[in-house]
Amino acid sequence: MEWLIPQFFLGAWDQFPPLLQYLIETTFWILVVTITVILGVAFTTYFERKVIGYMQGRIGPNRVGPKGLGQPFADVLKMLIKEVVVPAKSNRFLFVIAPLLTLVPALATWAVVPFSNTFVIADINAGLLYVLALTSVGVYGVILAGWATNSKYAFLGAMRSAAQIVAYEIAMGFALVGVLMASGSLNLGVITEAQGGGVTNWFVLPLLPLFFVYFIAGVAETNRAPFDVAEGESEIVAGFHVEYSGIAFALFFLGEYANIILISALTSILFMGGYLSFFEGWTILEGTMLSFLREPSLGWLVLKICFFVYVFFWIRATFPRYRYDQIMRLGWKVFIPVTIVWIGVEAVMAWMQVGPWTNLYG
Amino acid sequence: MFQAIFFYIFAVILIGAAVGVIFSRNPVHAVMFLVLAFFQSALLWLMAEAEFLAIVLVLVYVGAVMVLFLFVVMMLDINVESVSVPYTRYLPLGIMVAGLMVVELLMIIWNRQAAEPLTGSFSRMPEGYSNTEALGAVLYTEHVYAFEIAAVILLLAIIAAITLTMRKRPGLKQQNIARQVAVQAKDRVRLVKMAAESSEKDQ
Repeated sequence: MEWLIPQFFLGAWDQFPPLLQYLIETTFWILVVTITVILGVAFTTYFERKVIGYMQGRIGPNRVGPKGLGQPFADVLKMLIKEVVVPAKSNRFLFVIAPLLTLVPALATWAVVPFSNTFVIADINAGLLYVLALTSVGVYGVILAGWATNSKYAFLGAMRSAAQIVAYEIAMGFALVGVLMASGSLNLGVITEAQGGGVTNWFVLPLLPLFFVYFIAGVAETNRAPFDVAEGESEIVAGFHVEYSGIAFALFFLGEYANIILISALTSILFMGGYLSFFEGWTILEGTMLSFLREPSLGWLVLKICFFVYVFFWIRATFPRYRYDQIMRLGWKVFIPVTIVWIGVEAVMAWMQVGPWTNLYG
Repeated sequence: MFQAIFFYIFAVILIGAAVGVIFSRNPVHAVMFLVLAFFQSALLWLMAEAEFLAIVLVLVYVGAVMVLFLFVVMMLDINVESVSVPYTRYLPLGIMVAGLMVVELLMIIWNRQAAEPLTGSFSRMPEGYSNTEALGAVLYTEHVYAFEIAAVILLLAIIAAITLTMRKRPGLKQQNIARQVAVQAKDRVRLVKMAAESSEKDQ
């Protein structure tokens, strides 16, 4: 890459103080990741409509561009040129800032996601805690939107969403406790490395109940079907974003899909080995043209993220919406006991030196 | 230098947010100011390299406690006008509490200064020092009994809170989840075969 840049710029670059160099470099990578995620969101909406379309015996969007690939951009353009209506009796400041509060945490969490064994924006020790903290902050957008709108429908949606997210966060946190017990670290890169050595070492097998709890809690946390009572259109019109129009609505949409991709990425990293290869340690590939398949790379992570995003849409096309009390029962009375029991099982297995956690004891 | 600049920026926003909590008319705004105050104190802790405490502050207080606060404040239909009673009513009590806290803080600082002289900047931790590990190592060895007693007390509080809300009132309708799950299609819908009636007979 170096030869692409004129010598003059390289010379000027070396003259910068190290702090400025660091700032410019980090900002550049933040922009790269953010823009990639936002483009990913655009195509995720297209992907969702195609997947659900085919599952329901339709074709899905196919008019704009080849195979309908221009559809997301047409939608964005439409949203951009529409009027943003602010209800007269609403709380103007909170009404405008609420969509940002859902979007920003969803994008900021990508800072600690290890994309490959060499690239992560912020390689911090408390990565998992940071992820938990930011996902829990995301609920403010929904609650404030519902309250600031000053509409009963929006308010009901916000209340439902708040109670639901608080309930599922606990199960989610407990599922993460299992992961960090197995890996012995809060750093997402170290967690990925701890799953090295082939598919059987991935946490998805020894932590299978926690994997299911985490992913389903993730679906609930993103307010997706079948847990989307916050916007249950059959009862409360559109829930918390009933009065949002134009680009303000688009920001909510962006935040929701960014969260879907994020939960998919985290599930891949915590349970499916992140950027590690499916074929790691396959001696059959030794010396052949395909030996690059065994290397860890960004491609594997993207593949796993795409799979989990697909599962999100699959679930949406398959299951009817939960009743609200059933959601609460599932969160408090099923998931939390399951996670607590499995953490106990894990601790006993580590203590008895059984299974992949033998190194934890002592 | 940068540290000092950032420290003062965060500290000023923190104090401003704390003042906002008291002076905002709208209770929801007050809660949001409190959230901002928590964030700023988390940032200050991050600058002091206490990343575990900082992130846990955001996770527990901003992510859970304040959400429930907001939940309650939004549900209460507080009339904004009636809240604006003169602040002077609570002034003596407020000054007393604030004075007590200032005295306590000064005592700690005084005590600390005797042990090691204060410096103008945050102390630097060695490379590779993990706050979380250090905290865990102390918590599970030296202070394990205190830690477990605290855990038991919290568990007790949870059980007490649940039993307080689980009272049975007469006439309260509740779902029997086991029966709902075990229900079969034939319990809900009964298909009846009837002989077709001719329409002439009706008239």
